[in-house]
Amino acid sequence: MALDKPYLDVPGTIIFDADQSRKGYWLNQFCMSLMKAENRERFKANERAYLDEWDMTEEQKLAVLARDLNWCMRTGGNIYFLAKIGATDGKSFQQMAGSMTGMTEEEYRNMMINGGRSVEGNRFVGENGDAQAQNQPQGAAGKKVN
Amino acid sequence: MAKITASVFTSHVPAIGAAMDLGKTQEPYWQPLFAGYQYGKQWMQENKPDVIFLVFNDHATAFSLDFIPTFAIGTAEKFQPADEGWGPRPVPVVKGHPELASHIAQSVIQQDFDLTIVNKMDVDHGLTVPLSLMCGQPPAEKFEWPCPVIPFAVNVVQYPVPSGQRCFNLGKAIRKAIESYDEDINVHIWGTGGMSHQLQGARAGLINKEFDKAFLDKLINDPQAAADIPHMDYVREAGSEGIELVMWLIARGAMNDVAGGKAPTLKHRFYHVPASNTAVGHVILEN
Repeated sequence: MALDKPYLDVPGTIIFDADQSRKGYWLNQFCMSLMKAENRERFKANERAYLDEWDMTEEQKLAVLARDLNWCMRTGGNIYFLAKIGATDGKSFQQMAGSMTGMTEEEYRNMMINGGRSVEGNRFVGENGDAQAQNQPQGAAGKKVN
Repeated sequence: MAKITASVFTSHVPAIGAAMDLGKTQEPYWQPLFAGYQYGKQWMQENKPDVIFLVFNDHATAFSLDFIPTFAIGTAEKFQPADEGWGPRPVPVVKGHPELASHIAQSVIQQDFDLTIVNKMDVDHGLTVPLSLMCGQPPAEKFEWPCPVIPFAVNVVQYPVPSGQRCFNLGKAIRKAIESYDEDINVHIWGTGGMSHQLQGARAGLINKEFDKAFLDKLINDPQAAADIPHMDYVREAGSEGIELVMWLIARGAMNDVAGGKAPTLKHRFYHVPASNTAVGHVILEN
């Protein structure tokens, strides 16, 4: 019997289950290493060389170098592990979470001050809320890139 | 005999700790949040426990993917504040209570809950932010927390995570364990994390006030109904990280009324949006 995954129909969300964890094992373990100050220094001094010490896929390394947290998550990263990269860069959790929405920092911060993202339209894939695939990217940051 | 006199519930957002550490609590963004904890700080001074049993989750800090215990009880004499990547928070070392922790481990394991016993565990914001909120920043001349703390870590990071009902039942077992400890001490049990929040993907920033307020109502008045919430409801309604709320049910399950005693007294209830990405909830119940 396959793993029961009742959470696959939640839009804009990747649940960190056993399959994701297996896929992201070395990516996440690399992230853990950044909890030591000397490793943060070594990583910052030569990111690519530091990443090459880990048994990560090339795609995972590119996702980290690009600081694309959505990409990191698709390759098995978990936000609490990935947060160590953000911390190394001096970023807050709000900056990290916001970076995954396509909004600028200011847009995301304002959304939170105004009560956060509504759940309406964002419960199930196929609705039309702002987190649905058809409504990405959400803000000026994402639009600039594309 | 030891007694659980109160339960405290609070979110444990890391940015709250950063705001306190950087002296930003009076900034307009943070002022309403900290105002909501004034009562709790005062109450803590007037109702100082001998030990705090603090339920929290480790955020990929002490536990990497090497080991992922579902329930882990800290039985060490002390626990260091962790370096989560920003450097350790400038807060005191957390002193444990090895005797009571070992007693609880023995009792709860014999009540059929498989706890992992941990003696080496740096504690992250999940544990230190609630202490800072309720105790304030300890002064330099007496740089310590007001009492020993037993850290109790719950896995809500990698699925499968324990159900609300499992957590609630565990709370009942912890109550029995504490109340069978010989020494006459006064124990608080704290449940932390939540409320609605999602830190990932296109749905990051989700807040659901209706869900949160209904959860607080149930937590206070009908905890079994809160325990009945299936885990998918947390994910769908309260965001992927809203699942942390199951930890509140451990603390709630340890209150007297769940074992047939009288209903607890609601001393304080507070709700605020936002702290960084998160809705903040805070409740104090006395037995």
